[in-house]
Amino acid sequence: MWIYEKKLQYPVRVSTCNPTLAKYLIEQYGGADGELSAALRYLNQRYSIPDKVIGLLTDIGTEEFAHLEMIATMIYKLTKDATPEMMKAAGLGDHYSNHDNALFYHNAAGVPWTASYIQAKGDPIADLYEDIAAEEKARATYQWIINLSDDPDLNDGLRFLREREIVHSQRFREAVEILKDEQGKKKFF
Amino acid sequence: MFTHYKSYCPVVSPFDPCKPIPEKVYSTPPNLYIGFQPPNLPQFTPLEALKAGTLWKPFYDPYFNPFEKAKGGLPR
Repeated sequence: MWIYEKKLQYPVRVSTCNPTLAKYLIEQYGGADGELSAALRYLNQRYSIPDKVIGLLTDIGTEEFAHLEMIATMIYKLTKDATPEMMKAAGLGDHYSNHDNALFYHNAAGVPWTASYIQAKGDPIADLYEDIAAEEKARATYQWIINLSDDPDLNDGLRFLREREIVHSQRFREAVEILKDEQGKKKFF
Repeated sequence: MFTHYKSYCPVVSPFDPCKPIPEKVYSTPPNLYIGFQPPNLPQFTPLEALKAGTLWKPFYDPYFNPFEKAKGGLPR
């Protein structure tokens, strides 16, 4: 069960009307390494992982939905008042012809989201290594979007999201350390 | 102490069609180095932490567009 708090994890500010940026941002919405993929990957893998790290996958998977909401807000703000003419100029003409100004789960190139973006191998180490890789790929994606964006307010939010990817990767790495720890070994502190 | 960025110099050919970028930089964030988080790491204040995206100073590694003017941000 989830409890919903009706506010964003980090405030989203957009300073300029720039639908082109929305086109790039949608990579993190419905792309292979986007927030939707991340949330669904972790919340699915957690059923078949050792008890000690189930909570971690639940927490991070939940936070990914909070990130998805931030990305959605950014995209929405960037496109909500864009005219068909502006959408076309931003390279979103094909998006507009199908969806008007609605959001949709596809990547920056218009490829719709597919479940084959995520894996559940059932092997705890294989799954956690996939999760670490996913976090690093999402971190890199944020870097490339920040490079493409000239909107300082938007970049502020993207920087926050990138920092969260770093922390998530750290926690998955720690989860691997927990699982590979020699069992029954005496510990001295 | 480690650095958050590394670089390398790819081969530059006299026949490269685009203006060569002599040095390529890539990110190597702190999670690659710290291992299992040790106890008693220095923390941000709660307000700073909400802005930084992490409570722990050693994990803070902000990324700026090299072409973007820096705006605000936390002190390193």
